[in-house]
Amino acid sequence: MRPDPLIPMVGVVTMIRTDTPDVKTFRVTGVDGKKPFLHIPGQCAMLSVPGVGEALFSITSSPTEDYLDFSIKKCGCVTSWLHAMEVGQQITIRGPYGNGFPVDTDFAGKDLLFIAGGIGLAPLHSVIDYCRHYRDRYGKIDIVYGSRSMADLVDFPEITGEWCKEDGINVHLTIDNPEDAWKGHVGFVPNYVKELGFDTGKTVVMCGPPIMIKFTLAGLQELGFRREQVYTTMELRMKCALGKCGRCNIGDKYVCKDGPVFRFDQLDELPDEY
Amino acid sequence: MKKLPLSALNTLFAAIAGDRMLYIPADDAAGQGAFTLWKEGMTLSKKGNTNRSAKDLFFPQVENLVSFRTEGKTISIQENREEVAPFAVFGVRACDCRSFDILDRVFLSDPVDTFYQNRRNMGTVISLACSRPEETCFCTAFGIDATDPAGDVTCWMDAENLYWRANTEKGQALTAQLPMLEEGGEEEVSAHQEKTRSILSRLPLAGLDFGFLHDQELMEVFNSPLWDSLSESCLGCGTCTFVCPTCQCYDVEDYDNGREVRRFRCWDSCMYSDFTMMAHGTNRPTQKERFRQRFMHKLVYFPRNNDCLFGCVGCGRCLQKCPIHMNIVKVAKALKEGAK
Repeated sequence: MRPDPLIPMVGVVTMIRTDTPDVKTFRVTGVDGKKPFLHIPGQCAMLSVPGVGEALFSITSSPTEDYLDFSIKKCGCVTSWLHAMEVGQQITIRGPYGNGFPVDTDFAGKDLLFIAGGIGLAPLHSVIDYCRHYRDRYGKIDIVYGSRSMADLVDFPEITGEWCKEDGINVHLTIDNPEDAWKGHVGFVPNYVKELGFDTGKTVVMCGPPIMIKFTLAGLQELGFRREQVYTTMELRMKCALGKCGRCNIGDKYVCKDGPVFRFDQLDELPDEY
Repeated sequence: MKKLPLSALNTLFAAIAGDRMLYIPADDAAGQGAFTLWKEGMTLSKKGNTNRSAKDLFFPQVENLVSFRTEGKTISIQENREEVAPFAVFGVRACDCRSFDILDRVFLSDPVDTFYQNRRNMGTVISLACSRPEETCFCTAFGIDATDPAGDVTCWMDAENLYWRANTEKGQALTAQLPMLEEGGEEEVSAHQEKTRSILSRLPLAGLDFGFLHDQELMEVFNSPLWDSLSESCLGCGTCTFVCPTCQCYDVEDYDNGREVRRFRCWDSCMYSDFTMMAHGTNRPTQKERFRQRFMHKLVYFPRNNDCLFGCVGCGRCLQKCPIHMNIVKVAKALKEGAK
């Protein structure tokens, strides 16, 4: 009998990296050491801890890597359990789910502007690394990333050590409040984006807390960006991730299968129940 | 067309139950009709439609999906799903037959839900045309013919006989196993249908219109000011979702019995406050949003995604069961009035 799509496979956590006081990145492979499945940047997977629960997470790593990484913020039952585990722990995994970002179509040849707040970097990380890998397929890349504090910037060493040093990539970091050790920009993401004032030919990919998205989108429109130029990725409660359990819909669209990636002009046609 | 005297009904049931489980509507201890595993001596319920729908037999309220055993850091997956034995269900009304079209759209679309698919494959639906439609019935609003229900086999029943017509290969295979069925019955069935149609045309909900919703903009219906007053008294008990033959929302949970973790799914309800609850809150914070979701799903979202097929079959169970007497008919009427 064909396995049911609700039945997961066993995965092994082969690396755990502490990024911030409440964010860790987990590397997951199959028990055979291989990548559990192929994915498109922006797609998600269901991770579960038997007896605790199952939840959907963005895949943080690029499809060009031979593993799956998940940057996960500790905020509920499943995530607390994941944060407490050690390397070598087995969990279950199924996926990939969702549409992903149009990296090989709409994004191809474009100047890209990534805007992320806090853990919102997680789903964009996969796209950023994919674009870095196939650097000649894209134009200029700008990354605006903000967090509450310096300690809350996810994957700070990679950002400063690699992204900032690559040609054609401009990284703009900001934190909410001044800190002694921080030499960079201080202030909220929406204001910083307006201050930086980007060329409106860029395609924007944005993810972060709802309040950041709301004000950044308004700021982008003030700069002359159209809503159809701006992509985001959504998150709602899910049980199946197959479009059947009936809870992650926004209007007639299911975030798990029609999303999680939407353009703002697409969201405009849907109820604001998210 | 075939027929059988009602006095031989028991023989027919016994023959059907020979190599499969047979469920028929029988009165439970509370005197309500319920699909019950047939055994010798059981009599067919004389009530109208069953309390709960035939959905239960294909999408049970609770079912195990998979088990896990954990030892130290390792997990083993035990695919120990129960094998579905062949079964038949007799007495499914036209409304419940239509509900399978709706459930099929959800569960048999890619990726296929194999738990539901197995039961659909193993189950034979023997429908029964209505003789006494009730005042809460409105299947006609969805173009359903209560006098000629779908199913693998369609049956009619008058004071003397049961009439039997196989519709599918599955139905024909079953018919071939039932030598007690005799040829004939066309005229009686026509007369029976005529009688029922006459009742249907006089029902209080005859002529109910849902079609106007197809012409309305999604956001127009969603933003209707009527949702406040319509949802005001809703208790959020979820009864409407549990008796509904087309409600298919489910939850997946784990149960640790000390030896293994069983992952099961069970029916869930969009009427419940924790249905969309996440670590950072819920996107449907009040009963208004939950109430609206249920009706928007059945009347607007589902038809949009499924060739204008409404997610309601007019069985009337929610009209009978809702403790505060709010229901899809009142919602549709109010929306139509509001759209003028």
